[in-house]
Amino acid sequence: MSFLDIEKATKSYGAVRVLNETDISIEEGEFLVLVGPSGCGKSTLLNMIAGLESVTSGEIRIRNSRMNEVKPADRNIAMVFQSYALYPNMTVHGNISFGMEMHGVPKTEREKKITEVAELLQITPFLDRKPGQLSGGQRQRVAMGRALTRDPDVFLFDEPLSNLDAKLRVDMRTEIKKLHQKLGTTIVYVTHDQIEALTLSTRIAVMFGGDVQQLGTPQEIYDNPANMFVAGFMGSPAMNLLPATLRANSAGMQVELQLEDGNSFSLPFPRGVELASFDGRDIVLGIRPEFMTDPDSADQESDEIHHVELPVDVVEPAGSDTFVTIALRGKGAVGRFRARTAVKAGERFKFAFDMSKAFAFDPATEKRIA
Amino acid sequence: MTPIRSNSVARYALYGVLALFCIYYLMPLYVMVVNSFKPLSEITGGGMVALPEAWTLAPWKSAWSEAQVGVEATGLRPYFLNSFLMVIPAVAITTILGALNGYVLTKWQFRGSTLLFGFILFGCFIPFQVVLIPMARMLGLMGLAGTVPGLIFVHIVYGISFSTLYFRNYYAAFPTELVRAAQIDGAGFFTVFFRILLPSSGPIAVVCVIWLFTNIWNDFLFGASFSDFDSQPMTVALNNLVQSSTGVKEYNVHFAGAIIAALPTLLVYIVAGRFFVRGLMSGSVKG
Repeated sequence: MSFLDIEKATKSYGAVRVLNETDISIEEGEFLVLVGPSGCGKSTLLNMIAGLESVTSGEIRIRNSRMNEVKPADRNIAMVFQSYALYPNMTVHGNISFGMEMHGVPKTEREKKITEVAELLQITPFLDRKPGQLSGGQRQRVAMGRALTRDPDVFLFDEPLSNLDAKLRVDMRTEIKKLHQKLGTTIVYVTHDQIEALTLSTRIAVMFGGDVQQLGTPQEIYDNPANMFVAGFMGSPAMNLLPATLRANSAGMQVELQLEDGNSFSLPFPRGVELASFDGRDIVLGIRPEFMTDPDSADQESDEIHHVELPVDVVEPAGSDTFVTIALRGKGAVGRFRARTAVKAGERFKFAFDMSKAFAFDPATEKRIA
Repeated sequence: MTPIRSNSVARYALYGVLALFCIYYLMPLYVMVVNSFKPLSEITGGGMVALPEAWTLAPWKSAWSEAQVGVEATGLRPYFLNSFLMVIPAVAITTILGALNGYVLTKWQFRGSTLLFGFILFGCFIPFQVVLIPMARMLGLMGLAGTVPGLIFVHIVYGISFSTLYFRNYYAAFPTELVRAAQIDGAGFFTVFFRILLPSSGPIAVVCVIWLFTNIWNDFLFGASFSDFDSQPMTVALNNLVQSSTGVKEYNVHFAGAIIAALPTLLVYIVAGRFFVRGLMSGSVKG
């Protein structure tokens, strides 16, 4: 029994099931991010919490009372929509006031609350304007202001930043985080942007194909992905998922990777100790770009750094980092080098692999095996 | 100023043709206006196109309040009033019902709502003549035969298909998230409609009102079929005025009467016309 409980909740449209049995418990004050590609069921789940979509089976409880049959207005939730959904015919003041008016809040109290919220979000100068006269960022603030006046049990955010330009998105992201730290209200936040998920959340639910693939803290999700989908979806650039072969020999477990030119090279695989019986088996090796880097940038603390000289295929300088691609068989592997590096495309260069941070996945089930 | 000057001869030829068409279309109006200010003798003496030699308001006065319409010499005044009593409620009710239908068909979709919309749309294509007899029977059963409310009812039934079509297409482009936001804010079915949707429906409401007003005001068939002497609309009275003149045909009075009959629709177009095109664009094209 938590603050917000989602228990065995499913959603079907006729014969089409868009959300499989889902269990999530959220404690008061948590910031849960539902993240996944489009069509993964994250917005459906959010709308079910909001009461905008019915629950096909299972139960949703807030403060331990069943919400399935409760109207959206009576759930004590507030929602910020992707398009902001500001009423175009009302001023900013009217927009913020509308919800309180509908809930029968007396006028003096409404005014007080509006002044308070407007100040918090710095929208006081725009109170008399219509939404059409505001910029994207200002509309975003108004939409949040409208939600804030409700003192809700749960805030629901449906991709609130995806209509903003890149710079403003980062600014507003920080503001949302600040707001959460200041108010401590429980938040459920939907996004398809894994960076937003990692930066904002206290916990993340990675969703795909109507299932929660993994639920955990950002650290857990990033450092211990449960399967190949989570590993590939979270992190930018994405984790390298490379076809490899396990080898057991006297020195311990090794993984063998094939280069495009037919040559192969091996790396020790310390995590593979319990996989000794899988000698010769094909696996998918997962290693993040930051753990295959130039020798000087490698983590000095790690005792599993292994150097290999490999041919460089592509070099992409990106300001703070340089991304270097090695042509492995069938797939390029991207390493993250520091900004000023001597590496050149077409030449051989020494890579440092931090094998303590490498994972093995089963190519058939896509589950992590080590 | 266009930066490239096109061939000026072709340009003047184009303007010439346009002017010609303009004159051609305005000619009947000119003839009506000019002759409505002439004494009858000037018309019968020939020269329909000439300006009046002696300007007079008598034909207008006669058409408005003195001419023989039907049995009594009341002029068009009482029928003008009848038309307003019919048009205003009919237009208002049809517009509101159409807006409500459009709201339900787009924002509260239910199983079969698209099919239902198809059936409503079908109403746009039923010719007036087909329903005359069943409608007469219905009005009789409802006790509305020969009354202004009866005519209002007929026009609402006929207009609803069109107003629903207009509003449905307009609301289809209206973001559903707004309705959801209002629901979370605590607004019910009608509050969402009256506070959120209707205030944003200006352009399409203008289209709907102009369309309905023109159609209902100009309708002759239903007016002639379902009204009594004391509930006849303007169009029927105008017909009676022209038909029932005893002795000489008072053309100047007929012209004045016809202009009076056309004035309200003209006014509606002048006042709301610029919203008309805007509303048509936003309503049907995008939807």
